[in-house]
Amino acid sequence: MTMEKPAMHNFAQVLEPSPFHDRIVAHTLTQNWAEWNGYQTVRVADTVASEYFAVRSSCSVMDLTPMEKYRITGPDALDFLNRLVTRDISKLKPGRVMYAVWCNDKGKVIDDGTIFHLAPGDYRLCAQHHQLDWLLLSSIGFDVTIAKETADIAALSVQGPTAYSVLAAAGAKGLEGLKPFGIIETEMAGIKLTISRTGFTGDLGYELWTDPDNALAMWDAIFAIKHKGLLDVRLIGLDALEMVRIEAGFIMPGWDFNTAENVVRADHDRSPFELGLDWIVKFDKPYFTGKKALLEERARPARRRLVKLSLEGNRVPSGSFLFDRKDGTNVGSVVAHMWSPILKTALAYGDVELTKGALPDQLWAEIYYQKELKWRLAWAKCTVHSAPFWQHERRSKTPPLTS
Amino acid sequence: MTKAKTALVIGGGHNGLICATYLAQAGCQVQLVERRDTVGGGAALHHFGEGYSVPALAQMHHPLHPKIAKELKLDAPAPAPASAIIALSREGQHLYLGENGATGTGLSAEDQVAYIAFKQEFGAYAKALGALYLNTAPRLKDFDLADGTVLAKLGWQLRFGLGRDAMREFLRVGGMNVYDILNEKFASPALKGALAAQAVLGNHVGPRTPTTALNYLYARFQELQGPASHGTQIADHLRDAASDAGVSITTGVAVEQIMVSDGVATGASLSDGRVIEADIVVSNADAKATFLNLVGPAQLDAMLTHRISKTRTNGDVSKVNLALDSAPDFAGLNADDLRHRMMIAPDMRYVERAFNASKYGEISQAPVLDIACPSAVNGALAPAGHHVLSINVSFTPYRLKQGWDEGRAVVLQKVLDILEDYSPGIGAKVVASEVLSPVDIEAQYGITGGHWHHGEMSIDQGFMMRPVHGTAQYQTPIEGLFLCGAAAHPGGGITGLPGRNAARRILAKAAR
Repeated sequence: MTMEKPAMHNFAQVLEPSPFHDRIVAHTLTQNWAEWNGYQTVRVADTVASEYFAVRSSCSVMDLTPMEKYRITGPDALDFLNRLVTRDISKLKPGRVMYAVWCNDKGKVIDDGTIFHLAPGDYRLCAQHHQLDWLLLSSIGFDVTIAKETADIAALSVQGPTAYSVLAAAGAKGLEGLKPFGIIETEMAGIKLTISRTGFTGDLGYELWTDPDNALAMWDAIFAIKHKGLLDVRLIGLDALEMVRIEAGFIMPGWDFNTAENVVRADHDRSPFELGLDWIVKFDKPYFTGKKALLEERARPARRRLVKLSLEGNRVPSGSFLFDRKDGTNVGSVVAHMWSPILKTALAYGDVELTKGALPDQLWAEIYYQKELKWRLAWAKCTVHSAPFWQHERRSKTPPLTS
Repeated sequence: MTKAKTALVIGGGHNGLICATYLAQAGCQVQLVERRDTVGGGAALHHFGEGYSVPALAQMHHPLHPKIAKELKLDAPAPAPASAIIALSREGQHLYLGENGATGTGLSAEDQVAYIAFKQEFGAYAKALGALYLNTAPRLKDFDLADGTVLAKLGWQLRFGLGRDAMREFLRVGGMNVYDILNEKFASPALKGALAAQAVLGNHVGPRTPTTALNYLYARFQELQGPASHGTQIADHLRDAASDAGVSITTGVAVEQIMVSDGVATGASLSDGRVIEADIVVSNADAKATFLNLVGPAQLDAMLTHRISKTRTNGDVSKVNLALDSAPDFAGLNADDLRHRMMIAPDMRYVERAFNASKYGEISQAPVLDIACPSAVNGALAPAGHHVLSINVSFTPYRLKQGWDEGRAVVLQKVLDILEDYSPGIGAKVVASEVLSPVDIEAQYGITGGHWHHGEMSIDQGFMMRPVHGTAQYQTPIEGLFLCGAAAHPGGGITGLPGRNAARRILAKAAR
C-alpha cells in the first residue's frame, strides 16, 4: 500500500476554485455559493426553477470536480474493492460503472459512491465524502495503491433530455452506442476525455472527465451550442440537484442518514437494509466489511426503513414527524422533502420505525406551515413508493433519443 | 463434548499444550501442530555452544496455577525451593527480596517492615484480581450470565475479600505508576530499583509509566502460585501430559493458512502441503500472526483488522546466553545464591533511563539485567564445572535505529561490561555467547515483534480488550476459531491461564 503526499493546502484561500471557476463565476448571477469538499461550489446560479427545468426539459451542466475521486490500482485492487463494498465487484467489467455502498464493521453505511472500472485492474472510486482514511485503513494486507485524484480531474455532469444532442453537437464522438453505466475514452472538439453515461437525475445524462488543463475548453465546447442558439444549456447548482436527486430516488449520505463512524449516539447510524438498499447487499461473494453484522441483522426482523413517500395535498413536510394514523403514534420523521414541479406532488424520504419488520398500515405526516407568519397544522396522508418517483425511459434507451 | 469432535491447535507453546490437553481430556480428538522441532515455545530448553543449555525465554517462572494441575490431574513437579530476587550491588551489599521478607546489608528496619506490609497488601490485591485472571474477561456491553457472574465475583472480591478500606486503597493505587507507589513505601533505592524492574520487565514501559501498578500486580499474582524455578522442565512436563491425554503432536511443520469458509474456520493448510480439517481451530499464535497472516484481512472486517494491526507488539527484551568455564563469582554471594533471580537495577531512575533509550529506538546505555544461573541447580545444562547464565536485557527495542545486525554485538558488549563491574573477571570465563534480539525472538519463535507477552500488557490491551475488543473472550469473529495464547486474557507469563480459560470457553460453547 502506498499513498501520494497530498498537496499543501493554500490557507489564504479558504475555498478552492474549481478548474471551471472562471466560467462558473460568469454564469453565477446570484453569487450564491456553498462549500463542497473544500471547493467553492454554486448553490444557485440563477433561479432554482430555471435550473431544475434545465435538468428536466433541456440540458443542465454541473461542476462535479469537488466529488471525491480515488484511483485504485495494483494486483489486489479487485480483492480490495470487493472487501470494501457490499456488491460483487468481480462482476464489474472494464468500461463499466457500478453504484455501491460501503459499511463499517457493524454493517452501518459509511458512504456511497460509484466505482469506475477504467481498464483491467484500474479503478476509480467516486464518493460523496472524504474517504481516504477509510480506504487506507481498509487496505491493510492488500497490495494496492490508493491515490486521491479529486484535484487531478476536472469533471462536468451534463444531464437532461437534450444532453446527448448537446454533446453530439459539441463534437463528442461515440456516444450513440454508450449504454447506461458505460464508459468510453473519446474526444470532443479536439479534447481527450472520458465520458460515462451516469448521473444523479433519473434521466438521460453523462459525466465528462478530463485533465484540468482541458477544463475551460471542454466547458466552452458545450456552451458553444447554447451560444449558437441551437439548444439551451444551463449551469445548475446544488439546490436544483437536491430536487432532481430526490425525484430520481437517490439518497444522500450525511443528509438523509447519518454516516457511520461520524455518529455519536448508538443506533443513529444506518445499515443498507435500513436504507432500502437490500438490492446491493450480496452475500454470495467473498467476505466484505460488515458482512457478519449484516447477516445477523438480516436474521432479525427489520427495525426501521428509509422510505420514499408522496403526500396528499400541496404542502411540503418540512421537518415533519410521521405517525401511524392522524394524531396517532409517532413512528419516524421526514429527512428530505420537496415539491416536485414535474410530478405536481410533495415528495419526502421518511425514516420510519417498523413493527415486527413491517411498516404501519398508514403513514401520516404532521405538517406545520405558516400563513402570513401564523403557524398552522395540517395532516397529510403518505403513500410509500418502492420505485424512484421519476425515471424516464430516456435514461436507458440506447442509442439515446435526440431532440 | 457434543458438537465439536476434532480440534486443531496451532502452536505448541505452553498455552497451546495446556489447551490441547483440556480439549483431549474432554473427549475431543486433538491435533497440535508446531513449526519448531520441539514443543514448549519460549518455555522450552534451548541449546547453544557445545553442550550448553538454557531455558529459551522463560528463564525463571512461578508454577502454573494450581487449578490447572488439579483439573488436568498433572503430576505436580517437585516444589522449587523458596527463591528470592537478589538486588545486586556493585559493592557487594546485595538485598534479598523474598516472599516473606527482605534482608541485606544496609536495608533499614523501616524498609524491612514496609516490605512485608507491601507484599501482603499487593498480594491481597492480586488475589482479588484472581477472579478476573481465572475467568473469561467479562464484556461490559451486552454481557451474558457468565460475564455477570465474573463481574459479581470480582466485585465481591474487591469489596468483601479486601474490605472497604483496602478496596479504596486499591482503587487509588490501581492506575498509578510503580515509581510513585514504591516511593511512598520505601527509602532504599536498591530495593525500589529491583521491584520496579520486576514490574516493568517484558513491557515497553518504565517505572513512571501510568498503570504499571497493574503490571506489578500481575507479577505478584504469579508469585502467589509459589516460588519461581528455572524454566527447564515445564515444556517436557506439558508435552507428556498432552501426549498422555491423547493429543497428536506434529513438530517441524508450520501452519500456512487457516481455512475459512463462509465465516467458519474449517481447518488449516500446512507447510508440508497437508490440509488438516477440524471442527475447531485454536491458535496459540499472537493476534497479528493469527489474523493478519494465517486468516488474512480478506476474511475480516476492516476496522478490526486495523485495530489488530495497531496493537503494540514490539518487544524490548533481548536474551543473552553466556557459557562460562567456571562458576561466576559475585562478591558477597555464595554458591547457593546463584539459584536466585539476580537483578541489576540499582535504582528506579536507572530503570527509567534504561527505558528512555528504547522510546527512541536505541539500546539502553545501561540496561536492566535480569540474570539466572540455571546450571546452579541443574548440572546437566553445562559440562562438569562449567556454568550457563541466562540474562534478560532490557531495554533493547525491536525497532532499533542502528539495526540489529550491528545491535547484537553492542548488546553483548554492554552486558559483559556491566557484569564485569559486579563480577570482576567474568568476561575471561566466557567460552560461548549468544544474543537473541527481539528480531531473533520473532524469527525463531514466530512471535510478532519478539514480544514475550504477545503484545503489551497494558490496560488498553488487557482484560476484555485483549488482544482487541471484538475478539476478546478467546472467541474470534471467525466461527470455530479461538485464541489460546498470551495474546488472550490474562496475557503473558507462564501461568497457563490463557490456554485453560480458552479450553473452558470452547467446551462451554460446545456443550450449549
